[in-house]
Formats: sequence, structure tokens, C-alpha cells
Amino acid sequence: MSEPSSATRLIVDRVTKSFTNHLRGGVHLPVVANVSFAVKAGEVVVLGGPSGVGKSSILRMITGNYGVEDGRILMRRADDEAFVDLAAASPREVISLRRDVVGHVSQFLRAIPRVSAAEIVAEPLREMGVPAEEALARARRMLSRLNLPEALFDLPPATFSGGEKQRVNIAHGLITDHPVLLLDEPTASLDAENRDVVCDLIAEKKAQGAAILGIFHDEEVRARVADRIVDISAFSMRKTAAA
Amino acid sequence: MTTDQPLLIAKGVTKHYGARTGCEDVSFELYPGEILAVVGESGSGKTTLLNGLSCRLPLTGGQVSYRMRDGTLRNLASLTEAERRFLMRTDWGFVHQNPADGLRMRVSAGANIGERMMAVGVRHYGRIRETADDWLTRVEINAGRIDENPASFSGGMRQRLQIARNLVSHPRLVFMDEPTGGLDVSVQARLLDLLRALVGEMGLSAILVTHDLAVARLLSHRMMVMKDGRVVETGLTDRVLDDPRHPYTQLLVASILEV
Amino acid sequence: MTGSLPAYNFAYLDEETKRMIRRAILKAVAIPGYQVPFASREMPMPYGWGTGGVQVTASIIGPDDVLKVIDQGSDDTTNAVSIRAFFANVANVAVTTKTAEATVIQTRHRIPETPLREGQTLVYQVPIPEPLRFLEPRETETRIMHALEEYGLMHVKLYEDIAKNGHIATTYAYPVKVEGRYVMDPSPIPKFDNPKMDDCPALQLFGAGREQRIYAIPPHTRIESLDFEDHPFRVQEFDRPCGLCGATGVYLDEIVTDDRGGRLYACSDTDYCEERRMAGHSGPAL
Repeated sequence: MSEPSSATRLIVDRVTKSFTNHLRGGVHLPVVANVSFAVKAGEVVVLGGPSGVGKSSILRMITGNYGVEDGRILMRRADDEAFVDLAAASPREVISLRRDVVGHVSQFLRAIPRVSAAEIVAEPLREMGVPAEEALARARRMLSRLNLPEALFDLPPATFSGGEKQRVNIAHGLITDHPVLLLDEPTASLDAENRDVVCDLIAEKKAQGAAILGIFHDEEVRARVADRIVDISAFSMRKTAAA
Repeated sequence: MTTDQPLLIAKGVTKHYGARTGCEDVSFELYPGEILAVVGESGSGKTTLLNGLSCRLPLTGGQVSYRMRDGTLRNLASLTEAERRFLMRTDWGFVHQNPADGLRMRVSAGANIGERMMAVGVRHYGRIRETADDWLTRVEINAGRIDENPASFSGGMRQRLQIARNLVSHPRLVFMDEPTGGLDVSVQARLLDLLRALVGEMGLSAILVTHDLAVARLLSHRMMVMKDGRVVETGLTDRVLDDPRHPYTQLLVASILEV
Repeated sequence: MTGSLPAYNFAYLDEETKRMIRRAILKAVAIPGYQVPFASREMPMPYGWGTGGVQVTASIIGPDDVLKVIDQGSDDTTNAVSIRAFFANVANVAVTTKTAEATVIQTRHRIPETPLREGQTLVYQVPIPEPLRFLEPRETETRIMHALEEYGLMHVKLYEDIAKNGHIATTYAYPVKVEGRYVMDPSPIPKFDNPKMDDCPALQLFGAGREQRIYAIPPHTRIESLDFEDHPFRVQEFDRPCGLCGATGVYLDEIVTDDRGGRLYACSDTDYCEERRMAGHSGPAL
């Protein structure tokens, strides 16, 4: 691991992850071992390597969605702040890190019954204390920018197409100004026009100083946004499966 | 969420029914604004735990402390009966699985909502009625039905009325025992959404007992998985569901039907 | 059996039973409005005929007392006549229909119009002593509610009244708060009589035979009828005087006088009405 500079926002330090499946006789499934890299403010780092190598697992560990078996995941909001180790954080601390430090765009939208697209997108702002009306207005602007038809804003996304859902999901993940931003295949089900919008949004976040870590299978998008690629194959314990 | 002092602290909470174990050595802290789901199958002790925490059942062992509105932390067992009952009808709510257990079925919807107000000494009919009206609207019951008895309401409406009846006193902690159990799926969705919105708006803390992991995922921040009266796994809700460690949790998660 | 032995113990009940009931009465007087349980006895009349009131009267009455018995304000209905005859027989006491002359008045459903005075005792016959019973069927629970002064439920009942009728429609057995503490059912007297209980110079005793409860209001006790700020307690008002004696501000009964729809409104307190007519008053029906 390289020495953290003052611009460093995220440090993944010798992180190891495996699963034990008790339903299949306690079979042990190692995923990654000793993953180490760092992301600076204003930098876009892309995780590379074939699918199944453990890229998504790493993102999930950084959001706190997966537990970290060994190692540290350090993050902070600003140059002069102390790092917090998410791997060792209590559930409450993880929730506050998600609110204030680490934002993310997941691969799939988890729709909530009866909650409209605009309300879903506004929610991260509401959690940060933005008044309902302002949050909703900003959510609608974000959805417009992603070319979601306005007729859909007030409908729950359960019945939306894959691309529409994905845009709601992106809007939900990008509406806030989290200093660390994780993107898991945000452009997977988008057409060229919307891919462009997402690339622009990423560029804006980068210019604002976000430390961005992503997974992009689309070569073209990857080439457009990535400053650096960290090849996860080097840390993967699933080499046989991935080969 | 980041208020520093816990609202409720459970230490070694244990309840035995004779030789049989209801729940054993359960400890946790609940913070203001936090929703804790207790999941497990029937007989796992989750309802016993809920009743023990909420003073509805005397404990065999352990201790539950609660931070009163004045900021002092009190051992619930040391409260007088009067203090305990006052707490239960002002600062706490209890939502039963069967709304008939939590409602007065023979008095009107308006009186069901107004009861807590009258219990703390509100003596102005017009004001009570206005509040009841407002709460009916908030829980999406036509205010025109304010004078009807809940006996004439559907299951979903009864459950929403029960919620209004509890929340009218602006409690800080709500205990919920399978609040969506026994309702049709579409009715469940409406109720969940309503609960989610109200809990968020009012900044409530809640302890939610459910066997439905989807309900736990939607409503709770944190989760405790119980089996045979003991907590086998605990943590952030989405982590317990997406990265379960304990064999029993893995079995539970693997048993969910995906749509 | 010698001729000197009476056929009955004085006032029917044996001395031990009377002591037991007197102890209950003393406790009731000491805790105004609190329902004291007592071991109600079988009486030679059915439940619902005032067995509670009769036991209280039997326990407090002495040879020098003068007894009046009223039922719905009247001295000459079956219930009143039988109870008066019962005590004339088993206690050999003087009986009267005049409120002013009586020292003990047993009543069902009324308080006499003539103001009571110090030294008199009013004994109420009570069917259901628990005012909270309407909404809470569990005795264990109502006792805790009384103990902890949790009386919100009483207002739920009044709320229901207003919601359903636009006003508090409870017209009898209207709940009261005794000396700022216990909520009490005044027995099925019309709410018209409630204000007479407040600061009353006479001792008021309540006996429920079937439910085995005794409660009391000592003289000069504060009695408030429950209400809402925006729906204050009000007594019934009658838009006409008594047809027989012309009295106003008294409780009137409606009496059907013929089969062609003829009606007479007259004092429910027959003694009061007679006294007034003897004194020369007369009403529009005469």
C-alpha cells in the first residue's frame, strides 16, 4: 500500500473476504485476499478483471453491505479529517458513514411499494435533513437530466423497464455530494444517449472532488472515465472459477 | 440517528416459562430514531422478548433500562405501576398483530384515536375531534368514517387505525408485533409504506417483531435473528440479509421466495 | 321458644353481619367514592329489588329512626311499599312519606326535591357500581384504573355520546368525581339530581347487593359531574311547570292519562308535590 496523501479519501488495506455456506455442509468459498488500493479526491479508479473475480464483493464491503473478514477500509470526508475504519464500524456508524461519506449506485434498484420514483431519488437528501419540497425538486431535476419521461416521476418504479429503473437508481446514487462514490455497472442497461449523461455526471462529481470507485464492463465508458484501473485478478481467490 | 445516548438498553434479558425457555440472555442497545427488527420463526422467542422489553411480561432475569423524557435512564423494573402505565400510554406505542387486541372495538374510530389524549387530561371535545380527524387522514382512512366502530372496518383499515391510536401521543418508542401479519399482500404494501413514512417523519424508534424478512429489510436499520430463544446473529439489516453468517440465518434467507 | 324472644333479629340481619357491613360503610365514608367490597347476604327479596340498599339500611337503622322509602321519587310504588313494610315489620321503626320527617331515606333512582339536612342519611340502591364497566369488562383492570386515577376512559364514553348525538346524551347514572379523586357512578338517578349531591349536608350511602359493593359520600363533599370544556355539564330543563302543583325547577314525570294521547307532566317526587298542594299551590292540569 502506498503512503496516503492528503487527498486520499478511501484506503482499502489488505482486505480479505470469503463465504462459508452452511447449507452446503459448511463449504468455504474464498473470494479475495489482501486487497489493497487507495482512491484520492478527484480521481476515478476502476476495478478490473473478469467477472466473478470479486469486484462487486469489494464494492459491497466498502458500502458495509458485506462484512469484512480481515483488513481495514478507511475513509474520510476531507483532507484534514481522521480516517474511519468501516470494517470495524458498528451498524450505527456504518449508517452514518453511508449518509455522510460513502454513496453508491448499485446494480439493481430495490423498489419500495407505492413510493414514487421522485420520492426514492429524494430520499438520500431527506435523510441529510433537506426539506421535503427542495429535495423533491432536486430529485425531479436529476431525473429530467437522465431523460426519464416526466410522466414517470410520480409512479412507483416497480413496473418500469430495466433502463428506466437503472436511471432512477443512478439519480438516487448521484443526487448527494458524497466524498466517496461507488458505482457498480451504472451504465449496463442504458442506451448511448443516457450513457453519455452518466459519463458527464461522473465527470462533474470528479471535478467536484469526489473519490470515485467503479466497475464498468463497457470498454468505451471505462476508457472515458477511468484514471486508473486496479486489476482485482491479482487478489482473487477464485482464479479457477474465473479462468 | 447519531444521537449519542441509547434510548433503551437490554442486558441479559431472560424469560423462562417454568422449565421452558422463552428467551435467553438477550442484550442490545436501541438508539433514538433506530428501527430494530427481531426475526425468527414461530416459537423462536421473539414475541416473548418483545413482551418482556415492553413490561407486558415479568422477566426471569436481566434488566431493561429506558431513557425517560427528562434524560434519566431508569430500570423499568424499578418504575412504579403508575409510572409504567403512564409510559405505556404516552411515550410508548404497542402495535399488535391482531388489531382487535389493540383497539376498542365497541367505540368509534375517533374515540379510539382520542383515548390517549383524554388519558392525559385533554378535556376539549373539539380539539380531540380535530386531532382524530387529522390522524385518520394521515393513516389514509376517510375522515367521514370517524364515528364508525372499527368492527365495520377491513383488516387493513383496523391496523392503520391501531397505528394512529398509538402515534397520536407522539411516542418515542413503538413496539410492533407482526404488524403486517394476516393482511393481504397489497394491503401489507400500503401499510408498510405508511409505517415507513410515519416512522421517518416522526423520528420514532421501534422494535419490530416479524417473521417476514422483506418487512425487516424495508423498515429496519438493524436486525436480530433469534432461534430457540437466543440471538444467533445481529447486525446491519442489509448485511445480515445479504451476507448471513450463522447457519440458521443462511437457512432463513435461502427460504425466501423471490419474485 | 319463649314469648320474650323476637321472631327476627332487629332489622332482619344478624349482629355479626351488621357489624361487617358497618365496617364496610366506615371505610367507604373514610375514602369517599371508593367501592368497598362486602359479603352481601341473601335477602328475602330478589336481586334488583334493592338488596344492597336494604342491607345498608338494616345495618344503620335504630329503633328511633324514621324511615322513608322512595322508588323513582314515589312513596307508593310496589318496591317502596314492600321495603317500607319490611322494615316496619322486622325493625318496628316509624315510617313516613315526608322527606323532612325522615332520618333514613332509602331510594331508587331519585334524590328528593326537598333539600336534605344534616343528620339525615340517604341510602341508594345500586345495580352496577362500576362506572368504568361500560368500556372495561375486567374488574382487575378497573380496580387498577381507580387506584392510579386513570379516568381517561370515562371521557371516551362522553366523547362517544357527543359524537353520536351532538351532545352528552347520558341522562342518568351520569358519572361524577368525588372530592377530586374517585370517579363514581351515582346509581341510575337522573343527571338532574347530580348537583344535589354536591356539598350535601346529609350522609349518602350506596349499596350494590348483587355486585357486593358499598360506597359513600360524607356530608359536604365536593361532587363534580364529568364534562368537556366545550360541552359543559347541564341538567335537564323542563319547559312547563308540574301539572298538579305548579312547581318549576323540579324533575317531572310524563304520565299518560287516557287512551286518546292525553299526557300529564307532574313532579316525580310525590311527597314534594303533595306538600305543595296542601300548602295551596296548584298546577295548570287542575
